[in-house]
Amino acid sequence: MSDNKCDAMKNLLEVSFALDDLRLFLDTHPYEKEAISCYQLYKDQRNKVLEEYEQTFGPILSYNVNDENQWTWVESPWPWEGEV
Amino acid sequence: MWSYERRLQYPVKITKPNPKMAQLIISQFGGPDGELAASMRYLSQRYSMPYKEIAGLLTDIGTEELAHMEIISAIVFQLTKNLSLEEIKTGGFDAYYIDHTTALWPQSAGGVPFNACFFQSKGDVLTDLHEDLAAEQKARTTYDNILRLITDPEIVDPIRFLREREIIHYQRFGEAMVRVQERLDSKNFYALNPEIDKLMVNK
Repeated sequence: MSDNKCDAMKNLLEVSFALDDLRLFLDTHPYEKEAISCYQLYKDQRNKVLEEYEQTFGPILSYNVNDENQWTWVESPWPWEGEV
Repeated sequence: MWSYERRLQYPVKITKPNPKMAQLIISQFGGPDGELAASMRYLSQRYSMPYKEIAGLLTDIGTEELAHMEIISAIVFQLTKNLSLEEIKTGGFDAYYIDHTTALWPQSAGGVPFNACFFQSKGDVLTDLHEDLAAEQKARTTYDNILRLITDPEIVDPIRFLREREIIHYQRFGEAMVRVQERLDSKNFYALNPEIDKLMVNK
């Protein structure tokens, strides 16, 4: 995997993890304003990072496959293969 | 429903195969305190959970456990990639190899197959949350045991991430327990069966 792809994936994992952790916190603290605004902030960041990754390196979500001639969902190595 | 993201929650890149370690770490896939039992526990318990925020917590932690099962599976897969027959024999992987070649199959380090009796779904919010708190600690202990036996930083790194998540989940389940206890009738000293006996609980 190229350095660019690695960096793009790392950015996606980091911002997604921030949301995964905050989500659990908000489940038990639904009125914490600071956590809610953090969630919104990281959500916007993730949308941006996800879109950038998918445009350059292919789909993360099958809903976002945007193919004309070829089904790219099954094309690149799967996540468990250790490419990242 | 669920949708798949084509990524791991935490990256796994192991360059040195180690069939012996794979056979030990596989316990966190299909063993008594593994990630398969964890995800099935929370995703089964949520239906009868009377409090919507705790049903949400079970859904979200159960979903994260599925991602942890994938991380463990990726570790085992990469530790057993391209093994020679000699490595299979000397690495103590021969018994597993006879039944599963190098495919993933949920079992404990001792070879005991996955069993739904590894977890409980009891239909009582206090019973279930105590089960969940204990489960997170048992999984954390198992990761501690694994960490004492491994030195390869490529394996240590994702295992430490998974260990840390057990602590966070324990924290969140503890908060859920407090939320439930706050709603108990003050006469319910022993915190009994609020789910079925609605009289004892303020919703």
